[in-house]
Amino acid sequence: MKTHHFLRATVAVLASTLLLTGCEKPPPETVQLGYRGVGQELVANPKILAATVAANQVPTPQPPVSSDGPRAGDVYENVQVLGDLSVGEFSRLMVAMTEWVSPEEGCNYCHVDEGFQYDTKYTKRVARVMTVMTQNANVAWGDHVGGAGVTCYTCHRGLNIPANVWATDPGQPHAPGVMTAGQNIASVTAAYSSLPNDPLTPYLEGDEEEAKDLPWRVAGRTALPTGNRSSVKQTEWIYSLMMHFSDSLGVNCTHCHNTRAFYDWEQSSPARVKAWYGIRMVREMNNKYVNDTADWLPDHRKGPMGDPLKVNCATCHQGAYKPLLGANMIQDYPNLARYTLAAKTEPAAEEAMETAPMDDPEAGDAMQEAVEEIIEEEMTTSE
Amino acid sequence: MIEYQNIFTQVQAEAPDYPGVPIGKDEEHRMGGPVHSWLAGKLGDAQIGPIYLGPSGFLAFICGFIAFEIIGLNMMASVNWDPIEFMRQLPWLALEPPPPEYGLSIPPLHDGGWWLMAGFFLTAAILLWWWRTFTISRNLGMSNYLAWAFAAAIWLYLVLGFIRPILMGSWSEAVPFGIFPHLDWTAAFSMRYGNLFYNPFHMLSIAFLYGSAILFAMHGATILAVSRYGGDREIDQVTDIGTAGERSMLYWRWCMGFNASMESIHRWAWWFAVLTVITGGIGILLTGTVVENWYLWGVKHGIAPAYPVIDAVPVADPMMMEANQ
Repeated sequence: MKTHHFLRATVAVLASTLLLTGCEKPPPETVQLGYRGVGQELVANPKILAATVAANQVPTPQPPVSSDGPRAGDVYENVQVLGDLSVGEFSRLMVAMTEWVSPEEGCNYCHVDEGFQYDTKYTKRVARVMTVMTQNANVAWGDHVGGAGVTCYTCHRGLNIPANVWATDPGQPHAPGVMTAGQNIASVTAAYSSLPNDPLTPYLEGDEEEAKDLPWRVAGRTALPTGNRSSVKQTEWIYSLMMHFSDSLGVNCTHCHNTRAFYDWEQSSPARVKAWYGIRMVREMNNKYVNDTADWLPDHRKGPMGDPLKVNCATCHQGAYKPLLGANMIQDYPNLARYTLAAKTEPAAEEAMETAPMDDPEAGDAMQEAVEEIIEEEMTTSE
Repeated sequence: MIEYQNIFTQVQAEAPDYPGVPIGKDEEHRMGGPVHSWLAGKLGDAQIGPIYLGPSGFLAFICGFIAFEIIGLNMMASVNWDPIEFMRQLPWLALEPPPPEYGLSIPPLHDGGWWLMAGFFLTAAILLWWWRTFTISRNLGMSNYLAWAFAAAIWLYLVLGFIRPILMGSWSEAVPFGIFPHLDWTAAFSMRYGNLFYNPFHMLSIAFLYGSAILFAMHGATILAVSRYGGDREIDQVTDIGTAGERSMLYWRWCMGFNASMESIHRWAWWFAVLTVITGGIGILLTGTVVENWYLWGVKHGIAPAYPVIDAVPVADPMMMEANQ
């Protein structure tokens, strides 16, 4: 009888333990990221992690070719941003781009039958802007993209339009006159919270000057009040952007922060610095490159408010803490990690880029301006 | 044995309608019923009604209804009067306090004015209801423990939505009316003011909240466990302690060396409950008004330990690095 009771009790205890720990299957794994005991850790579900690994495999690189020989810009007509590549490298990159961006449509996604040189299709012009954008990310934003860099594939993954892009959110239709404070609807961007539903437009689109006035560092920096008037409502805006970060990278707050003092850099992980540069990189991508296509991009490539589909954290990261889990694709495509318009101006351009103060949008490099001018000219002539 | 382990009442005494003690001239305020329900008897008393509404109860109901309607209709307007969207989005919808630029002025209706009005009517309803708890206990010749306990909760409510916003000089500091929105507000509030967990009054409030829960569980379990000896007649046993009281007190004395008495356990529970909201209200009141960052306050007062940084070179603020270049 006693054994029977004991058995019953044991089964009950085991069952309830199983019930409590078995809420998530398989049990999540924890990776310590900070000093022991402070809870700076990454919680990962092995099953989701396995799916992430499977979804972030890099395609086999195209066979290498010689960088010697005549330049593509001299051989082909109308090569505007990849002119400094050898003919072999140029073709190799075109093949790779087709595989990355339009594997089904092939060359004709951008090119027309009449000849490769024509800019008839808007997709070709977009590809040009995107190429410079990618090169700029790799050359100027090493603080964010690191040695692994980015290629077209980082975002596109075989799709014409990357799976995660955004446009200004017009918000929920509401009765005229009601102020919604830009929040309090289920927001996918803010990871289904009721926080401001479009933190991306203010934080990730404007130029550096506009961004300065936004609520970034809302938390108090002193024990007692010293005049910080940031409101809780403003806090909700940056909180919403942080939810987007967390959701895009598949990480929790502690990936970057020691949550006992969110504001404190010295207690933060190095990933927070990467994110700081990431914000500025993405803002430049949207402000300088993507929005540059606004005048001629067809409507079906724009959002409901008529702005082009833009870049956010999820565009590259796609749920992984590092895009493609840190795979280095740029070593196989070094031409995407340098400016390739023409050999003679390149060193100057790189130098200018490295020394340009980041918060001065006017102080871009000569190369960059030249590229943009050419692109702009090309657009006006072909219209 | 199994009847003691059941969530439902095991003994239902059948009794005729009982309107309650005579209360003189306010007699007409008792209305409705009484009816008897076997199902209600499984959870509590089988007799439902009459209810003593009275003028304060009636006004409280009206004010509460107005607040409820203002909040609900504003939520409905924020989804363009679409009933399906209203149901889908309900947990996310809210009536927001005015934006910071209005300070303590009265904002236009559509930009926080409705929030102010809903807050006014909700507060009126709550205060009227409090008056009702006070007068009913007075009418029944009871002392006012219930009214003061409710007042403690109202203190926290008023600090969050009225007193602190006034001290901060802005209605925007108050909490929105909404299910998820008020939770997001709470998290944002903690982040803005440097982590509420380092607020000692928040600590006390949590201790009393969890303490209330465990006291409630301990007390309920103890009394149920001795109800076979008449332990559920707690009040009798305060002065005339029987074997139920002896056993339950011995139980805790053997368990932890010290035990409540049949009377004091109720004082413990009452004080734990009211201190939860009293200390919580103090904690909120101090936040932003006299303390800017609770974590740094904790560092200053030696309650937040420092930990070694993980990397040889600690992370530095890139904005400072950029500025120094």
